[in-house]
Amino acid sequence: MINIPALRWGQPYSSMDTDEVVHFLTGEPIAKVSRANAGLIQRDMRKASGAREALRRIPIDELIARMKIAGDLYMNAELPIGDGSQTPDDFVRQQSASTGLPEVLCRGNMKKNQFVLGEMGSILKSLTRGLDLNVLTSGYGEENGVPISYQAQSPVLGLVLPSNSPGVHTLWLPIIPMQIGLVLKPGPQEPWTPYRVAEAFFQAGIPREAISIYPGEAEVGAAVVSACGRSLIFGGTATVDRYKGNPHVQVHGPGFSKILFGDDCVDDWERYLDVMVDSVFLNSGRGCINCSGIWASRHTREIAEAIAKRLAAIEALPPDDPKASLAAFTVPGMADAISQAIDADLKAPGVSDYTAKYRDGSRVVKNGRAEYLMPTVVHCDSPEAAIAAKEYMFPFVTVVECPEAKMLDAIGPTLVCSAITGKPELKRSLLDATHVDRLNFGPIPTIRLNWLQPHEGNIVDFLYRPRALQSASSM
Amino acid sequence: MKSETQTPADLALRAREARTALDAHVREIVAWHFDPASGSPFWLDYAGKLGWDPRREIQGFSDLSRFPPFEDEWLRGGPVQRWIPRGYAGKPVYVFETGGTTGIPKTRVAFEDFRTDYELFSRTLPDEYFPPGSNWLMLGPSGPRRLRLAVEHLAQHRGGISFCVDLDPRWVIKLIKKGAMDQLEAYKAHVIDQAVSILQAGHDIRCMFTTPKLLESLALRLESMGTTIRQAGITGIFSGGTEFTPQWNRFAHEELLDGAYMTPTYGNTLMGLAASAPTGPGNNYKITYHAPQPRAVIEVVDLEDAAKVVDYGQTGRVKLTTLTKEFFVPGFLERDEGEREAPCAKYPWDGVSGVRPFRGFAATTTVGVY
Repeated sequence: MINIPALRWGQPYSSMDTDEVVHFLTGEPIAKVSRANAGLIQRDMRKASGAREALRRIPIDELIARMKIAGDLYMNAELPIGDGSQTPDDFVRQQSASTGLPEVLCRGNMKKNQFVLGEMGSILKSLTRGLDLNVLTSGYGEENGVPISYQAQSPVLGLVLPSNSPGVHTLWLPIIPMQIGLVLKPGPQEPWTPYRVAEAFFQAGIPREAISIYPGEAEVGAAVVSACGRSLIFGGTATVDRYKGNPHVQVHGPGFSKILFGDDCVDDWERYLDVMVDSVFLNSGRGCINCSGIWASRHTREIAEAIAKRLAAIEALPPDDPKASLAAFTVPGMADAISQAIDADLKAPGVSDYTAKYRDGSRVVKNGRAEYLMPTVVHCDSPEAAIAAKEYMFPFVTVVECPEAKMLDAIGPTLVCSAITGKPELKRSLLDATHVDRLNFGPIPTIRLNWLQPHEGNIVDFLYRPRALQSASSM
Repeated sequence: MKSETQTPADLALRAREARTALDAHVREIVAWHFDPASGSPFWLDYAGKLGWDPRREIQGFSDLSRFPPFEDEWLRGGPVQRWIPRGYAGKPVYVFETGGTTGIPKTRVAFEDFRTDYELFSRTLPDEYFPPGSNWLMLGPSGPRRLRLAVEHLAQHRGGISFCVDLDPRWVIKLIKKGAMDQLEAYKAHVIDQAVSILQAGHDIRCMFTTPKLLESLALRLESMGTTIRQAGITGIFSGGTEFTPQWNRFAHEELLDGAYMTPTYGNTLMGLAASAPTGPGNNYKITYHAPQPRAVIEVVDLEDAAKVVDYGQTGRVKLTTLTKEFFVPGFLERDEGEREAPCAKYPWDGVSGVRPFRGFAATTTVGVY
């Protein structure tokens, strides 16, 4: 078993309080992780400016080059972790064992992270809209003959990370090359990526004092958010509501991502079945970018039936099976609780489970300690059904019948919207809809991200404020 | 020192002596509370329904298990006079509250117990860090709680003066339950502002009571001002009120106290104050509490069977018994659990370590600043 300390500005700190990370199938401990306490974080944050100072001593171009090296190390090298070491295969096995994600998907997420680290130059260029990156270092410069100034809003970014989807880590990878330090609170079941990426960063020449990692309970997350000038937090609807309007916190909550059919394309729905299935199912339906709602004015029953039939072939396989594609729930009882919530919603009029007839038994499949929720497709006669606004951490989708004219008012907040339509007026309405974040026109799976575009707000705008700067003499 | 030369046989002898003294004390207290001339209406009425005479049948501590479990609901609501022993009739009476964030708080009556308990506790404080005659800061809950008066008496008993702040823990818990963390932080800052003002006002304060969370906040505030607890003049702290983990104890010693002495305590309005055995890097900052026996007794009992004391080192629920002439509470199940600890040289009776919220309630318990 590996003992993993907290990292206080890169320096290991072994706490007397530890949490075990266990294998979800066997219950066997995989790692013992030091638990930080809130006061410790508050103390450390007095030195947060040191993180940015250390990074500012390295030119951004150089940091970008080191990101690529770090990406290769993360992907291929045996790296230290706590009092042990970790090969890429160990990483995949450990991450799968504690999160329930099939190993093949863990490998897929590693490639995503490596890709983002390798493409950092392009990503920063697009996120900053071609800004001379030296402006982030000096705080001022000139663009098209106009003086410009950008001010860092915090020397560090705090992150309260989830356990459920290793894919989210791509969001914080561009922070270090923007010369902002990282204060990470890992998800309790997924310490693996933060520690491995941090170690890869260190080995690639990123100063240790730029990164802190504080595992722990809810109070640690609250302390990170409270002590950092800017934070990014992942959570449910309650978390989103709690931090709503707080300019210091960017909340990543449920996505409620959707595919909308315009009346001009819905009669050809069968052409887009692959797009729908991929959007619902890839990465085991765990991400906020997975589709949880398909909305159309007609053919909704046929759509639900076709998706259900396709997803019926999915099996709950052991995580190390190369064909495994469905993630397990690692918290005992969670699968049952979700299934019961769905069953309760299914009692509403006009709501029916199209996958039920394809299953032999319950929606919940148990294999020892492993619990799986089998893909579920629910048809709703109208948007009023409560289940039409639900999202769960497994392949779950509602197919909702709704007139096109009412669709935009009824869909609610939507992180990714793939609109399959050619109608200019619908496209115009979607472009203007402020409750839609990422907008795809045409048959683009909701899970296909373009890394060169912002996600839930531009991280550069969150960390750097453009402001006026005038000087009577040359600076 | 005696403790350093004490053999296991000496300790066993002292533990037996302590038990003998406890049994004698139990007989005395039971005789008092169940005597129609001196007992309280509550216990006399209770005895009438028991069908047996406690004065005759309770001959030692273990006999107290004959009483059915004490229900804390009995302490809610009035008339509180039913708890006043007739032997104290006509004497000035205090009432102290516990709980009460929502609904009716639990109450207990008191006359001199809080003074006696804290005078006994005073003997455990080293003069080097709690200099006699020095002034105190009471940075803890005020209002209808025993603690505020008790700490003031402790200061006076040691020849000093206690400076206090206002702190309403019920409001704190309401803020936490509402998720109003910004208001919580503002209230905490308001309390710490008061503490800093008092410390800077030239009152030569050397000693302090505070809760772990407020101690942390105060230390961090002082650090942000370029000073420390120790540099602000504090040499001795007794702390309690919320959970004290070994990790936090270590963190405080290594990073907050700057050499000031801190002693953790465990207690409540019903029992009094349990002091802790010496703690530090030598014992991995483990904190073990011992009740002020024979006035109060801590047992660690089976999580499922409160009549069964667990073995040493085993985990169980904390069961408190209060045995004073003012207040008799046999076998009150606390909202905490911990590990049973053996007698030690300083306290030759059982203790409890690793105290934390009882797992049966932990999910519903809101821990505030107090």
